[in-house]
Amino acid sequence: MKPAPFAYHRPGSLTEAVATLAGDPGAKVLAGGQSLVPLLSMRLAAPSALVDINALPGLDTIDADESGVTVGALARHADVLASSAVRRVQPLVSLALAHVAHATIRNRGTTVGSLVHADAAAEMPVVLTLLGGSLAVVGPEGRRSIPAVELYVGPLESSVHHDEIAVSAFFPTLAEGAGVAFDEIARRHGDYALVGAAALIEGDSVRVGYLSVADVPTVVDLSGVPEDQLGEAALEHLDPADDIHATADYRAELVRVLTRRVVRSAREFRQAQPSERP
Amino acid sequence: MSEERLDFVLTVNGTTHAVRLPPRRLLSDALRHDLGLTGTHVGCEHGVCGACTVLLDGRAVRSCLVFAVSTQDAEVTTVEGLTEPDGSLGPVQQAFLECHGLQCGFCTPGFLTTITAGLRDNPSPTHEEARDMIAGNLCRCTGYQNIVKAVERAAEIAHGFETVAGATSSATGAESGQLEYEDRDDDNASTGLGA
Repeated sequence: MKPAPFAYHRPGSLTEAVATLAGDPGAKVLAGGQSLVPLLSMRLAAPSALVDINALPGLDTIDADESGVTVGALARHADVLASSAVRRVQPLVSLALAHVAHATIRNRGTTVGSLVHADAAAEMPVVLTLLGGSLAVVGPEGRRSIPAVELYVGPLESSVHHDEIAVSAFFPTLAEGAGVAFDEIARRHGDYALVGAAALIEGDSVRVGYLSVADVPTVVDLSGVPEDQLGEAALEHLDPADDIHATADYRAELVRVLTRRVVRSAREFRQAQPSERP
Repeated sequence: MSEERLDFVLTVNGTTHAVRLPPRRLLSDALRHDLGLTGTHVGCEHGVCGACTVLLDGRAVRSCLVFAVSTQDAEVTTVEGLTEPDGSLGPVQQAFLECHGLQCGFCTPGFLTTITAGLRDNPSPTHEEARDMIAGNLCRCTGYQNIVKAVERAAEIAHGFETVAGATSSATGAESGQLEYEDRDDDNASTGLGA
């Protein structure tokens, strides 16, 4: 349960960080480390070097304006969750963050780190995908923005290049009159969800994003689907699997239950006054 | 090839320590093995059990999920740093004593640090919030009920409702030194089975 040896770099500037990363194909970025450190301790990963970005200035920002929420790479989940501006501009971010692990993990873990880790069992990749957000990365060639739909390519695999560092994520604002909801079912409070679902209802459009039932965060368009067929319609696009925590059949049942719940909650959200919203 | 070691400074409970450690040294191991602060306990070593929780710049974090070298700009507070300057117990420690919030004690340092930070953020937790505060820490002995009571008692102590420990138990008639709290059965309350 101890990590394999690695070289440690603690750059003071983003340029230096990118150059260090580019100079070692086996190097990984360390931000909050709440997913990375367990992987290292269990020796599921053994990078040659870690580029610790915790000393980089100006990356712990959380900005919310009328266009949306921009979260810097060193903003901890706990700070994003505590932001009333974030909750006002895009409440789905706050609703989902409350389900990310435990408070103690959220104190250190970063929202952008969770997005880049690309775990299909994690909450925030689904939220970014459902909302049509994007990730800003900086590499040797400069800065680029990756739309969420192009970000997730496989289990724990994103389209961020090895020599790029994610510097911020953008979650678009919630449109006037739109509704959102998030729910998940886990064996233990704060544990990985067996299934989770996020809903976004805008006008006649009903879309639901799922975690833990496909290899990548998956969003299904359920517009116009009758209430009693929502779950079945969603399952046509999902691939629930067996593991030691739950059978595929049980996960499928959770998809049916959660889909109904989040769609209903998102409709209620639309009808509620801002002061009554979750 | 011998492993690279880095020179840096760890600040723990207000004391600075110049250390030379390999970068892969977990903060939990640095505290215990290199600084001799064995109050921090290591349970699962992958962020699940919460026993190794310390405060990093006042916020509860898992010391097994942080590399010591990565905390060089931060202030670490361990369970050893929770006692009052005169050596008496801090409010959370005192509450654990009064409420019988521990049995074997292995998980206790993680609870004490977690609750210390939790009460700083939320000095008057509801019963539900008290439960939620400790949801990330595992205890295999107590069944948690007395730990939840200790959270609520610690809030009282911090608010100045302090009583001398001996007087407390005689006043309530509790033989074990345990305070009498409103009779609650959380399992029944949450499942509805108690109705």
